[in-house]
Amino acid sequence: MATKNKAADNKALVGIDKTAREIYDKSLKGQKPQLKMPVRSLTNVKYKNKTGYLELSNQYKTRTLTYNTVKGFAQTLKMMSASKELIETNDHASKREMYYISKNWGPARFDEQPESDTVMDDIEAMMCVNREQLRFLPEEKGGEVAGQLIVFDRDRDTNKPIKIDCTGFGSGAYSIPISVEHLEFQTKAKFILCIETAGMFQRLVAHNYWRKANCILISMGGVPTRATRRFVRRLADTMKIPVYTFVDGDPYGIANIYRTLKVGSGNAAHINEFFCVPTATFMGITPQDIIDYKLPTHPLKDVDIKRAKDALKNDPFFQFHKPWVKAIEQMIKMGVRAEQQALAKHGLNYVIDEYLPEKIKAASKFLP
Amino acid sequence: MKTHEKKKGKAEDADSMAKRQREISVSEFFAKNRHLLGFDNPKKALLTAVKEAVDNSLDACEEAHILPEIEVKLERLSAPIVEAAPENEKDAKEGKDSKKRKGPVPTERYRLTITDNGPGIVATQIPKIFAKLLYGSKFHRLKMSRGQQGIGISAAGMYGQMTTGKPMRITSKLPKKDKAHFTELQIDTKKNTPDVLSEKDVDWKFKSPSGTSVEITLEGRYQRGRQSIDEFILQNTLSNPHGHFRFIDVDNQVFDYPRKTKELPEVPSEIKPHPYGVELGRFHQMAAETTARSLKTFLSNDFSRVSDKVASEILSTAGVKDVPASKITPDHLNKVHEAIPKVSIMSPPTDCIVPIGEELIMNTLKQHSKADFYTAVSRSPAVYRGNPFMVECALAYGGDLSGEEPMTVFRFANRVPLQFQPAACATFRVLTKLDWKKYGLNQPRNSLPVGPIAILIHVASVWVPFTSESKEAIADYPEIKQEIRLAVLECARQLSLHVNRAYRAAEAERKANYIDTYIPFIGEALQEMLKLSDSQKDKVVSTLRNTLERSKIDGD
Repeated sequence: MATKNKAADNKALVGIDKTAREIYDKSLKGQKPQLKMPVRSLTNVKYKNKTGYLELSNQYKTRTLTYNTVKGFAQTLKMMSASKELIETNDHASKREMYYISKNWGPARFDEQPESDTVMDDIEAMMCVNREQLRFLPEEKGGEVAGQLIVFDRDRDTNKPIKIDCTGFGSGAYSIPISVEHLEFQTKAKFILCIETAGMFQRLVAHNYWRKANCILISMGGVPTRATRRFVRRLADTMKIPVYTFVDGDPYGIANIYRTLKVGSGNAAHINEFFCVPTATFMGITPQDIIDYKLPTHPLKDVDIKRAKDALKNDPFFQFHKPWVKAIEQMIKMGVRAEQQALAKHGLNYVIDEYLPEKIKAASKFLP
Repeated sequence: MKTHEKKKGKAEDADSMAKRQREISVSEFFAKNRHLLGFDNPKKALLTAVKEAVDNSLDACEEAHILPEIEVKLERLSAPIVEAAPENEKDAKEGKDSKKRKGPVPTERYRLTITDNGPGIVATQIPKIFAKLLYGSKFHRLKMSRGQQGIGISAAGMYGQMTTGKPMRITSKLPKKDKAHFTELQIDTKKNTPDVLSEKDVDWKFKSPSGTSVEITLEGRYQRGRQSIDEFILQNTLSNPHGHFRFIDVDNQVFDYPRKTKELPEVPSEIKPHPYGVELGRFHQMAAETTARSLKTFLSNDFSRVSDKVASEILSTAGVKDVPASKITPDHLNKVHEAIPKVSIMSPPTDCIVPIGEELIMNTLKQHSKADFYTAVSRSPAVYRGNPFMVECALAYGGDLSGEEPMTVFRFANRVPLQFQPAACATFRVLTKLDWKKYGLNQPRNSLPVGPIAILIHVASVWVPFTSESKEAIADYPEIKQEIRLAVLECARQLSLHVNRAYRAAEAERKANYIDTYIPFIGEALQEMLKLSDSQKDKVVSTLRNTLERSKIDGD
């Protein structure tokens, strides 16, 4: 983890110094210093199919130092300073640790961790770096991996390679580490299957589906973490294998989980370039699957409908792909959703024996 | 009566009743109803006596254009009562007879001497002025003065006489004479006439070229604090800054209040009654006393704002022909009186009202309490029932005034402090009806607001309507209440500006503190990141502080 990445460190350090210097100079001139950062929202991203991810657009917000912002300003600068020190001492702090560090700042301390997380996100966007480059680490767990993959990690002390065979975890799995840049891979798998729920992942692992289908199984556990996205991305890019996505057939599975895996998030668009998997495609569950496989359904709730309409209205990724527009409209019209595990209606192993083989045979027809 | 005719004793007939029917003298009436004059209980009686004497002295001095110098001396003649007996007001109201039945109510005996430097009183007038009720110079005229009815001082003397049996002793010196005239007086309550016990020429013991000294021995209770003589004198110094007051209390302690201005208040002019304000009985009386030659000239001569033209209009509205004065009949007068309200008559002149003045009433409050904010307003004169009047109001807020107590209210009528019956007074009716919450004060329903606020209200008029002869509370005339309301509101508006200003100042301070709290951390962070020296850090902190201080007023 402490493996030094000179270029990344440099970008963060340069950004911090530049920002601090600007504030200092402006302050001495008797002007109110400002912090400028991109607007972190879906309204400020654009999608180009060629690059394949949600890119930051050009809206910026400036926070001017005033009576109202003075506390946030002080906190932001103190956190930048903390980040700089972490880089210089080649250390890191978790988000929670950062929150506790602030307790030394007297009245400028954070009262709750969400406050400190928000400031962290602001700095990240401001510097256009990943928070790992600022040496802040999330507590969030990465995904889990099982199947035809060998991962090469390194021993922290000896720097010797460690070979991890992802077929050798029995009924368990390999956990994706928080930082994945240094990992190397070896695989003969034909595809990567990214699965939303741990339950479905467990079924496929328990029945050694990966052996049958010669694939790598990845459990995302909801919206994939940055580490998971980066892991899949590096794996897919270096090994040149396709990525299929298997999530619940509902607006959350489509618009949040799949969209974030494929093109990144609207909230951290400045890092999407690296933290997304543009080659991923959507296997299921599609609205058409609900009909074709006669799946039991639940009605869409108001939040589901809102999320679906939001995707059509505001999300440049879905707007670009006509099949997606059609699929989402179809789901809204049907007014129902179906979970991955609804396939169990046809028998517990129906998913392994029938659904997956049938779908993967027609992988070229997956939703983009 | 007749319906109750039963076997209890012999039935009365007109003859037997006639034997008991006789005139009741005013003096007798008031002897039995002394509460009407403010002699309800020993403590109040003492104060009322002081008040009546001081009012008279001030009026006399002002009319003679003399800067008043008044000394009130109180001596205790009996042993002081240690244990405060419960004041039995009911007994006191029923007169001394009932007192006797209930056994002695403990009271103390005092000698009260009030001396002024007024013009003095002609010897022959002294007995009537001091020992005849409803005798005076002020009742039959319309002019702003403290005394109005000619009751007060005689009543005080009568009270003393009834409670102690001691006569009033008056010494008065006229400026042109060497000696003063001393009179010992009693009032014959049955006949309402003075009894002169003795009179002689004596030496004038005071420095002033003229003056009057009144000595009354009476029962009473002297206590300091609220509704005390001390407070009355103090409040008088407030409303009469041109007066020099001295109070010598029972312990021979001297409280000296030198005058604050040598300027006498403008002397109010006397006006004739306005037709709108004259009641029928008085109208008949005026007609009987008139020197005018005809009904029409009676109207135009004896009333204010009645020109020949208006007089003609009144007569034609009444359907009455002008007749010579000798031929005026009650029927004429009734018709004319009825017609008056139907004719539009100009309001009476208002220059007869002399305000204390905004600055002086404000100073008055300043002496009473150290506040953050003062404001005052003198309204223009207005008219109720044909009587001109005006209202002045001063307001103090914040500072040392207690935030836990109800609003302090000072009431004055024609410069006389009103200390009793606040709740019966028009001023209170107005103050409790206003919404004080918007000025940041608590206000229990239908009560005075609670907060650091004091208010002074002065009602001046040629005839201040009181709720009773003891002149304790101003009566509830809508016109008067409206003027009080407007005066108070005007002050309250200023208060509201002040409160907002004060709020803004406090807010600015709070913001400055807030900024000061966080700016150093910006300096610290910049120092860490840019490896600044301490002086560089201090410089950036102070520059930033100035930048923000400058802009925070703009509402950032």
